[in-house]
Amino acid sequence: MKQDIFQAIADPTRRAILSLLTVQALTPNVMAEKFDMSRQAVSKHIKILHECDLIKPEQSGREIYYHFNEKKLQEFDHWLAQLRQNWKTQFNQLDKILSTMKNQKK
Amino acid sequence: MNKDLLFDFTADKAAKTIYITREFDAELSLVWDAFTKQEIIDQWTAPSPMRCKTKYMNFKVGGKRFYAMVSPDGQERWVLQEYTSITPKINFKMYNAFADKDGNPELPGSEWDYTFSEQSGKTTVRITIYNESFDRMERMIEMGFMGAYTIMLETLDNLLTTLSQKL
Repeated sequence: MKQDIFQAIADPTRRAILSLLTVQALTPNVMAEKFDMSRQAVSKHIKILHECDLIKPEQSGREIYYHFNEKKLQEFDHWLAQLRQNWKTQFNQLDKILSTMKNQKK
Repeated sequence: MNKDLLFDFTADKAAKTIYITREFDAELSLVWDAFTKQEIIDQWTAPSPMRCKTKYMNFKVGGKRFYAMVSPDGQERWVLQEYTSITPKINFKMYNAFADKDGNPELPGSEWDYTFSEQSGKTTVRITIYNESFDRMERMIEMGFMGAYTIMLETLDNLLTTLSQKL
């Protein structure tokens, strides 16, 4: 099942992993070390982050390095900007209605 | 127009919450009516050229509003809202979910909280929207997919005003 980006970033450990990955690509082993976690626990987090496209694996020799996928968060920010614009438009419409209502009351 | 009215929109991704604050140049009772009376809500809650069509609305705790956003080509997106708490002229809360045309909600939905306050003739409305799922939020935005088109129309409006003044 496709992972929900909200579920992915709601977890503090996954947020920490993400912020670390913005600086450098890491292998699962190094992540486990840095966060003092078992490989299984790290794998679970990686799976969730990967499924919602927040990170991307890249094979380098025998190791897999995970990169932060900036594009995914930009997409999200784009959606937010669109939503903000919708609200702005609606509120401007309401301004006009309120002004008409005020005049009718007078 | 209304450049001096506060508008703030922030999203806390980790908390899955959107915060919206807007000031209106009107007394509280008018603004409260604009947010809680069907005949007024329908006039402004769809970003033009989308329009709002309410099938029924019962503004009381446990009551529901069932409405559709209608696009210019006639496509309908139905939404079912249930009022969970009402403190007249101060606050109301509702649970918002997409629905099919027969009013069957598609869960999970989102929790909306509206708070109203008045100061020297201006009314501030604070809206908090909590979304359990990101996919749902994507759809919420998709629903206002005409946003970009709206800006174009606004620009055209302004242009027409300017042109007509020159005549």
